[in-house]
Amino acid sequence: MQPAIVCRNLKKRYDPRKRDPVDALVGLDLEVRVGECFGLLGPNGAGKTTAIEIIEGLLEPTSGEVEVLGMRWADEERGIRQRIGISLQETRLTEKLTVHETVRLFRSFYDRGRQPEEVLEVVSLQGKARAWVKKLSGGQKQRLAVACALVGDPELLFLDEPTTGLDPQSRRELWEIIHAQRQRGRTTLITTHYMDEAERLCDRVAIVDRGRIIALGSPAELIARLGGDHVIEFALENGQAGAGVPPSPALDALRRLPTVRDCRLDQGSYALTVERPHVCLPALLEHLREESHVMARLTTRHASLEDVFVSLTGRHLTDDETERS
Amino acid sequence: MIQNCAAFKELFLCRMRQFYREPEAIFWTYGFPILLTVGLGIAFRTRPPERVAVAVEDVPATQRARQVLGENQEFDLTVAAAGEGVQMLRRGKVSILLQAEEGGHVYRYDPTQPEARLARQRVDDVLQRDAGRVDALPVSHHEVTEPGSRYIDFLVPGLLGMNLMGGGLWGVGFVTVDMRIRKLLKRFVATPMSRRDFLLAVISGRMLFTLPEMFILLLTGWLLFRVTIVGGVLTIFAVALVGAVSFAGIGLLVACRAQKMETISGLMNLVMLPMWLFSGIFFSSERFPDSMQPLIRALPLTQLNDALRAVILEGASLGSQGVPLLILAAWGLVSFVLGLRWFRWT
Repeated sequence: MQPAIVCRNLKKRYDPRKRDPVDALVGLDLEVRVGECFGLLGPNGAGKTTAIEIIEGLLEPTSGEVEVLGMRWADEERGIRQRIGISLQETRLTEKLTVHETVRLFRSFYDRGRQPEEVLEVVSLQGKARAWVKKLSGGQKQRLAVACALVGDPELLFLDEPTTGLDPQSRRELWEIIHAQRQRGRTTLITTHYMDEAERLCDRVAIVDRGRIIALGSPAELIARLGGDHVIEFALENGQAGAGVPPSPALDALRRLPTVRDCRLDQGSYALTVERPHVCLPALLEHLREESHVMARLTTRHASLEDVFVSLTGRHLTDDETERS
Repeated sequence: MIQNCAAFKELFLCRMRQFYREPEAIFWTYGFPILLTVGLGIAFRTRPPERVAVAVEDVPATQRARQVLGENQEFDLTVAAAGEGVQMLRRGKVSILLQAEEGGHVYRYDPTQPEARLARQRVDDVLQRDAGRVDALPVSHHEVTEPGSRYIDFLVPGLLGMNLMGGGLWGVGFVTVDMRIRKLLKRFVATPMSRRDFLLAVISGRMLFTLPEMFILLLTGWLLFRVTIVGGVLTIFAVALVGAVSFAGIGLLVACRAQKMETISGLMNLVMLPMWLFSGIFFSSERFPDSMQPLIRALPLTQLNDALRAVILEGASLGSQGVPLLILAAWGLVSFVLGLRWFRWT
């Protein structure tokens, strides 16, 4: 079956004529299958929006190729636009139009699609149909934006950071909408910097960092690649009485503990990726006692995509990438 | 011309709704020009000629003068006791004082004041004629104070032209830049919407708003000041429409790249300022030196104002306004084509 999206070696350089051009994409390859929900996960400034806007035909790549539903933008722009739906990262819809008028307007652009009333029901805004856009909450506005993307009944839906800045309740409501879209057999491409969102929604995830994809697979596969799907995190008490503050435990020694796959130290907090916490924990406690360390905190949890990102880059998803040199 | 009728209709309807749901837009389009017409109409209203204030000293020798001036409606006569008249003159209560001397009269007045000089001339004229002077050259007077040639008659078509310019530039330029800032234009081009349909809808919306705009202004002028409308309403509307489309095109060009409200406001004023000054809104553009006239004639608002005055005040036919209308249409068309080519959607 033909993929919904194919990208080959996409590159994008902003301000190429200036002294310090910015390379937003440095060679991105991607294949999104029909019917899946695919996530581009990465910190702010990683190049997710650049990538999705090139695929959406809103931005010209510096080089590389894009195929959407088997078509190229240069040849069949109108044909593609009829079959895709897009929600941009930031659009301020007209405040003094009602919800229904707004969806009706977007419906009129498409040759075929769903009834505005039907789409408003999908995004649970049927009760607000006659309200002005101005009167909607942030979450409701975002759902309206998604309704405008859904009203052409797209085979392929693009959502750029759909839940950024929303409260937990609104986020869950949006997840429901995206989930329903997948159950209709439609393809969704979503960008996000929330790892829980990617884990929950996406069949497959591409982790984007500094303009390229550094890992690709289902969330479970990516986590499995860490070698263990549990994480033990602990911190030690500092400044113990007397002069004899023991040296920090060697990471190498911690790595040798049973079933530990990886170990890292991040701002005074140790994180061990382990296969079987019930085997590792007693050994860890024993080791720390021998070295006269006192524990300040201890937690165990399931590994997440965040751990995958940290193990690949040494940075967190929430770190801002905008000030990179 | 229109690619998708349903989309054009929705875009057009949404423009309408946005307009009538925005009280400020309504005021600036319809209310402001009315206030301006009323204000200027009152300030420059036609008044009866002012009477000449004259004092005559109460002595027997001025008896005949007192009688003649007192009977003439042109003069506001004060009979002053000796000494009192000089004081009245000094205080500016009268423009001229008539005193008697041996064998005749003395005019006492300040020749540096135009009013006083005029008073002297009028008083002298009346008294000399009374004394038997005969005018050598027969003349007759034709006074023009009837509707059709007063300042307000000149003003109303000019205000209509100014309003069409402001409405076109703001109504198209401001609206598109606002949508660009809100990323709504980008959102629209992410759909199969035809870009031409969109721009045509914005411009058509602007054309429809012209209709009430024109009627309200002309009606105000007629109701309050009896501004005569000689030309046919359809002819006037046709001229106004060409003007509206022309300025809508210019508005599109001005707004085609701007990404900030400050930029668009500055550009708008830059475009409009020369036309406010030179295009004959408040006073005739003929007052500027001949060397500037070719430039002034090339401005679209000059042409629009001239054509509006011709059809409203003189009842000129549409055919006779071919040249101004062609110049206007050329401005609109060239601006529209360039604006469309350079238009920034994202």
